[in-house]
Amino acid sequence: MDPLRRSPSPCSSRPSSPKTPPCEMLGYVGIEAVLDQLKIKAMKMGFEFNIMVVGQSGLGKSTMVNTLFKSKVWKRTLPGLGMSTPQTLQLKSVTHVIEEKGVKLKLTVTDTPGFGDQINNDKCWDPILGYINEQYERYLQEEILITRQRHIPDTRVHCCVYFVPPTGHCLRPLDIEFLQRLCRTVNVVPVIARADSLTLEEREAFRRRIQQNLRTHCIEVYPQKSLDEDINDRILNSKIRDRIPFAVVGADQEHLVNGKCVLGRKTKWGIVEVENMAHCEFALLRDLLIRSHLQDLKDITHNVHYENYRVCRLNESHVLPRGPGWVNLAPTPPGPPATPRPSKACRRAHDNSENDEDY
Amino acid sequence: MQDKEYVGFAALPNQLHRKSVKKGFDFTLMVAGESGLGKSTLINSLFLTNLYEDRQLPEASARLAQTLTIERRGVEIEEGGIKVKLTLVDTPGFGDSVDCSDCWLPVVRFIEEQFEQYLRDESGLNRKNIQDSRVHCCLYFISPFGRGLRPLDVAFLRAVHEKVNIIPVIGKADALMPKETQALKQRIRDQLKEEEINIYQFPDCDSDEDEDFKRQDAEMKESIPFAVVGSCEVVRDGGTRPVRGRRYSWGTVEVENPHHCDFLNLRRMLVQTHLQDLKEVTHDILYEGYRASCLQSLARPGARDRASRSKLSRQSATEIPLPMLPLAETEKLIREKDEELRRMQEMLEKMQAQMQQSQTQGEQSDAL
Repeated sequence: MDPLRRSPSPCSSRPSSPKTPPCEMLGYVGIEAVLDQLKIKAMKMGFEFNIMVVGQSGLGKSTMVNTLFKSKVWKRTLPGLGMSTPQTLQLKSVTHVIEEKGVKLKLTVTDTPGFGDQINNDKCWDPILGYINEQYERYLQEEILITRQRHIPDTRVHCCVYFVPPTGHCLRPLDIEFLQRLCRTVNVVPVIARADSLTLEEREAFRRRIQQNLRTHCIEVYPQKSLDEDINDRILNSKIRDRIPFAVVGADQEHLVNGKCVLGRKTKWGIVEVENMAHCEFALLRDLLIRSHLQDLKDITHNVHYENYRVCRLNESHVLPRGPGWVNLAPTPPGPPATPRPSKACRRAHDNSENDEDY
Repeated sequence: MQDKEYVGFAALPNQLHRKSVKKGFDFTLMVAGESGLGKSTLINSLFLTNLYEDRQLPEASARLAQTLTIERRGVEIEEGGIKVKLTLVDTPGFGDSVDCSDCWLPVVRFIEEQFEQYLRDESGLNRKNIQDSRVHCCLYFISPFGRGLRPLDVAFLRAVHEKVNIIPVIGKADALMPKETQALKQRIRDQLKEEEINIYQFPDCDSDEDEDFKRQDAEMKESIPFAVVGSCEVVRDGGTRPVRGRRYSWGTVEVENPHHCDFLNLRRMLVQTHLQDLKEVTHDILYEGYRASCLQSLARPGARDRASRSKLSRQSATEIPLPMLPLAETEKLIREKDEELRRMQEMLEKMQAQMQQSQTQGEQSDAL
């Protein structure tokens, strides 16, 4: 199969369908049964989801992952129990298969301990970018083989959750540098970590300032405004964009509140309930990542970010694919390839958003 | 009968009290730590004044190019007839940039400058109105979200622990559960011991104090580093009396509740009982240490570089008698004259070079 015709069009998940008027049906045919067929196939194959968590140590990344997937993906450690921050950034991945109501999810979580912990954090984002591009490269290599596997294992990072420390002021220089670089390569969802140290008013003010910082520095986080397909998407995603970054709290201990067993953090002045919308916005994050936008995250990774990477690599090797599947790619250059600046997703952001003061 | 045995110097403490009330009291407190740890709120809570009213928090784009600055704020607080002139030294920009290497050097330089100023004043002729601008105490804020001291914390503390009294404090402590607080405190204490950082040691109470006081004192010492929460807002929790605290949807943290945080301990130890001791330790130990090392390095010019005309005279080290004070004045004059001579020499050289340059240029244009 010609690689060029695999996906409908790069940088957009809109199917190129011509506008034809719908046909009038004279009776029940049974086309809708295709949905069931898709469901059965999907359940047999299972789903894959790769998530990366980035942030300084102690912001509750591991706890958040445990809370999101309601299982002990990572073992939580208290300070002093032998785990010291590593000297350099290391990436750790762990894979679990979780099953719910017959649906199997192969979840891979990549942690980044040591990020932003040193005195000099310059270029601490390079290993992360390198890892993400490595996964794209792996997929690309599988894709250009003559005899391809039936189902290419997908290790590409579908979503990167970035933990912003709850200073209450605004984004720090490290946050801005990191987000600027990563939003071009992967879906980034920023969250306000450990939000139980901020009151509701402080959270709102902090959120507004962060949103303004993101606009000023031209950082497009997920869900990207330029990738909304139709008016329904835009309405739904606008509501989400208004609340990003979510103020989250993670907990994996259960407590009894009003007769119910809830996940929360127990302090001397009250219990912070993780699933209580009046306490924190963890439920919004979980719904976004798992219940409503999981497939969308994967689609955008495949159709937008991966395609951008592929175009870059092919341009670099100066050989466009000709004929059935034989591509001679130059060996991978060290480090991330130079992405076209600004990337296509961001270019639309330039056009749409108003021009604030220069950054 | 009592009059014969009673001499009357038991009234001395009262005389001191009256004198100090008249003179007033000045204290310089430095606050350091990353931004966003609740430093300003805590200072406002400690002294119950809004010292940071006119503060403008820099925007994110401004922070990208920010370097560390030292800001001083002075305020006079009066309570019970005693005037306290409090100077707050702030270090905005600390730990904010992507690359924080050596970002503590301006702070160290500032502390040393205050010592230098005091040394100069002390060795001067007119010593009536010496202003003591030395930093008496540094409250260092540690993030509650880390796993103990971060590399930046260790580097900063190592650089200043011999120059200023350090009181480590865990900011925004309402983010932690009780077990987490204990574990974090223990980890910080272990790290301070490992890295051999000398923080301010609260002196032991007298042996003739009662058991209760001793127990309280021991408890307070156990709770270092203090886990604090600051707030200037009064929360009225319908029914209970109004308290200063932070209202969350799941409860209210009371700042002055010893079960909630160590704010009361900090306030008691810093303001109520150990203010004078901090000043004394700064003067007797830290300043003297600085002075000794400063003068020792001056007394041995060979140890540095004999070639340049350094501050002290050409005489050898053996001739420096103790104490230095009578000689210090003449040494200062010699130093100043040396400086002036050097500056004039430099200016002469520059002028000569300029004249030569203009001469050669003139010759060139002539040739053309």
